Amino acid sequence: MARKEHDYDDIPGTFVFDAERSRQGYGINMFCMSLMKDENRKAFKANEAEYLKKFRLTPEQTQAILKRDYNRMLELGGNIYFTAKLGATDGHSFQHLAAVMTGSTQEDYAKMMLGGGRSVEGNRTKSGKGKSKSKSKAKTKSSSKSRSKRG
Amino acid sequence: MAKIIAGVGSSHVPAIGAALDNGKTEEPYWKRVFSGFEKSKEWMRKTKPDVAIVVYNDHASAFSVDLIPTFALGCAAEFPPADEGWGPRPVPVVKGHPELAAHIAQSVILDEFDLTVVNKMEVDHGLTVPMNLVFGYPKDAWPCPVIPLAVNVVMYPPPTGHRCYMLGRAIRKAVQSYPEDLRVVIFGTGGLSHQISGPRAGLINSKWDKSFLDNLSKDPIKLTKIPHIEYMREAGAEGIEMVMWLIMRGALDDKVDEVYRFYTVPASNTAVGHIILENRKRAAGKRPATGKTKRAAHTARQPVRRSK
Repeated sequence: MARKEHDYDDIPGTFVFDAERSRQGYGINMFCMSLMKDENRKAFKANEAEYLKKFRLTPEQTQAILKRDYNRMLELGGNIYFTAKLGATDGHSFQHLAAVMTGSTQEDYAKMMLGGGRSVEGNRTKSGKGKSKSKSKAKTKSSSKSRSKRG
Repeated sequence: MAKIIAGVGSSHVPAIGAALDNGKTEEPYWKRVFSGFEKSKEWMRKTKPDVAIVVYNDHASAFSVDLIPTFALGCAAEFPPADEGWGPRPVPVVKGHPELAAHIAQSVILDEFDLTVVNKMEVDHGLTVPMNLVFGYPKDAWPCPVIPLAVNVVMYPPPTGHRCYMLGRAIRKAVQSYPEDLRVVIFGTGGLSHQISGPRAGLINSKWDKSFLDNLSKDPIKLTKIPHIEYMREAGAEGIEMVMWLIMRGALDDKVDEVYRFYTVPASNTAVGHIILENRKRAAGKRPATGKTKRAAHTARQPVRRSK
């Protein structure tokens, strides 16, 4: 079944870890969780493909892990707090992972952060829908109304 | 009667914990961050709460994807620091306050908040980093017992800001009906703007953060109406954890005074925000929020005890 479209799919460069991805990525995340134990880290490093067979992973998920394609892992249901454990197992700092996911070098990424981070300008929306502040305000109002009715 | 006297908002960046644990606090990069909390530590020393309620989120430490409770209240006698992959942080075991925690659980569940009660739990940097920032770095023991309230902000959707605020109000009511004379400080942690996942990682939105901090005292109701999409779009996919600050805010009185604020960018990948809010001192019979008269006789109201 195709993934249902959500309002947050319009945020560029973002894979929201929602209930659907949580279901889909259970194997990826539990694999990452297993890396909290030293003996598991060693077993994984000794034979990665073999170790991954212990988890219910699709071939795409297995490939994404083996290739350390962190964005693809997120897209297939991985969550960053979990996949960061794979990065740590490889001996990488979190900033290294962030740089990899943004297609940048760690040096450039660190510079960007010191300079105040990535600006939200131009990074709010893929479609232009979320651009108008007034639109999102209007939405806020209606949702708060329905909430106050309930509560 | 117990009473919530003040709220503390603070980021919980893991790298702050690592900087503390590895003795890097004097490096210029980190000094900029830690210097902003000197006044807070002083405030905390003066305020001397009897108990702290810390609203925080777990980061794949105590909860994996096997179990994802929306609100989980720590009712245990103690909470050991979790091993987050580098060994547990060298901070003291967090002592709980099981009696007050159980009382809060009973009260808020009957107020229709379906909490998960946790009697065994390890706590990660999400809880211990904000504690270090305002309590300092004690070797043997934290200065007061702590009730952890873990909120799911890892899997979407987290509870709405409005729901968080209302839970805060229910916690306030619960605390007020506890018969022992306790002064309680509540922490809201996480944020501020940051995104650490995907190609948009590194996002910071200081303007949005400032408005959020301003409205904690000016117009908290406005904050409760922010939809999740706005948090994620404006403050980053992981910035959505700022909803946890609204539990803290809901637990305070309607009128609060901002007594301290600090904001800096960056710590690692994140905008660091920090605020201290005190309930406004006004009507007679209300005790002031300073530590001076902290155990003054309190006769105004009898505690309301539930028969159930």
